Amino acid sequence: MIEVNNIRKSFGDKKVLKGISATFETGKTNMIIGQSGAGKTVFLKSMLGLIEPDEGYISFDGRIWGELNLEEKRKIRKEVGVVFQGNALFDSMTIEENIKFPMRMFTKMSPAEKKDRVNEVLEQVNLEGVNDKFPAEISGGQQKRVALARAIVLYPKYLFCDEPNSGLDPKTAIIIDNLIHDLTVRYNTTTVINTHDMNSIMEIGEKIILLKNGYKQWEGNKSEIFFTDNPDLNDFVFSSSLFKKVKKLVQKEGHFE
Amino acid sequence: MYLESIGKYALMLKQVFKKPQKTKIFWENYFKEVEDLGIKSIGLVSFISFFIGGVVTIQTARNLSNPLIDKMYIGFATIKSIILEFAPTFNSIILAGIVGSYIASTIGTMRISEQIDALDIMGVNSLNYLVLPKVIAAVTFYPFLILISMFLGVFGGWVVGNMTGMILSNDYLTGIRYMFDGFDVAYALIKTFVFAFFIATIPSYFGYYVKGGSLEVGRAATQAVIWTSVNIIVFNYILTQLLLS
Repeated sequence: MIEVNNIRKSFGDKKVLKGISATFETGKTNMIIGQSGAGKTVFLKSMLGLIEPDEGYISFDGRIWGELNLEEKRKIRKEVGVVFQGNALFDSMTIEENIKFPMRMFTKMSPAEKKDRVNEVLEQVNLEGVNDKFPAEISGGQQKRVALARAIVLYPKYLFCDEPNSGLDPKTAIIIDNLIHDLTVRYNTTTVINTHDMNSIMEIGEKIILLKNGYKQWEGNKSEIFFTDNPDLNDFVFSSSLFKKVKKLVQKEGHFE
Repeated sequence: MYLESIGKYALMLKQVFKKPQKTKIFWENYFKEVEDLGIKSIGLVSFISFFIGGVVTIQTARNLSNPLIDKMYIGFATIKSIILEFAPTFNSIILAGIVGSYIASTIGTMRISEQIDALDIMGVNSLNYLVLPKVIAAVTFYPFLILISMFLGVFGGWVVGNMTGMILSNDYLTGIRYMFDGFDVAYALIKTFVFAFFIATIPSYFGYYVKGGSLEVGRAATQAVIWTSVNIIVFNYILTQLLLS
């Protein structure tokens, strides 16, 4: 479980995070949603330790990030898998080398064990036969799967995904969403997804946090979205005519599943 | 602003010079960098050195046209110019352009495409992982490159001297052996060592701390070449003053 307590962050005069608290549960897909400029990326980067908050703390299963020494922080980092918006695959390495990289850096596995694990995770993300290709030689959707495979190769306790569907077609996006959800259940990870993709929210949003202007405006799950009268949430989620119709339909039926 | 940059550069070096997290991976990266930064530069350095040697011989011969001056001094002046200045400094400035822009743009691209963030989040010391192999490759390989350059420069002078008839082979060979001082080579290698350090670290600094997109990466590469060249020129003067005066 990841606990965020009252974190604040400013860049110069600009206050980006204005005291956000949240809990991200283990074995669930937790989503952070909000418009561009709402503070989602700063919030996610604060959790990843890439940005130091001005106030507040972040705790990983009781281990408070700001109170840890360098070695303890490195230990937590090894428990973290991240899928970046742009995938961040090492373009000088083949797909196999990309996935092997965390194992080579942090484990004493034999070459055969590493190879087996690479094939195992590639199979889990439904991607085989690309081991010797370079990232530039495969499609965006395939790159996303490789990024996921690399993120889970060391059995992470915490999985972070920043805009995992950006640049993907709707069908591939849903496949990636379901993959993230399956891996969350399989590895029992605390998964945090930063997104503004409504399809993702409806597909796998087990816990949803809405950010607006640096504040947490709403918290709930994908079913509750349809029955809330929070104006910020309604303004963000149901801005398109399609989702307005879906909302009416779900409210009429009385449930969403 | 400059002081801030120097401080940031010093802090970067502190992170770079730490024990590699995985020695085996460090050595793999080291040999890759030797190939990328060193072996791939041999062709250009050889080509330039040969012709510079020829040009130095022609220019020296034109300026030593007095019949009272022994022709062997053409060889003497050529080898002195090449060993003391042309091989270490001229080649280092060329390498600052080729290798410097390559380092700054590759590291800068890794920065803007979040590859460096990925390393950091994994718990890898990204500066140590990316920069240390480059520094060690440059400081260990460039002295050999400069020795090759010295040899080819002197050889180019001999070929051109013979071809143009400006100096006889025997006079040239006598000249290059006349009052040969081994310290000249040591001086050149000391300078090369320092310049190699700049060629690897300054572009790494500009690439690593780049912010923005591809335009900024291009600007960082240009800045890297400028500041590496400036440092080479300034330290060339300082080292010459310290070692030869």
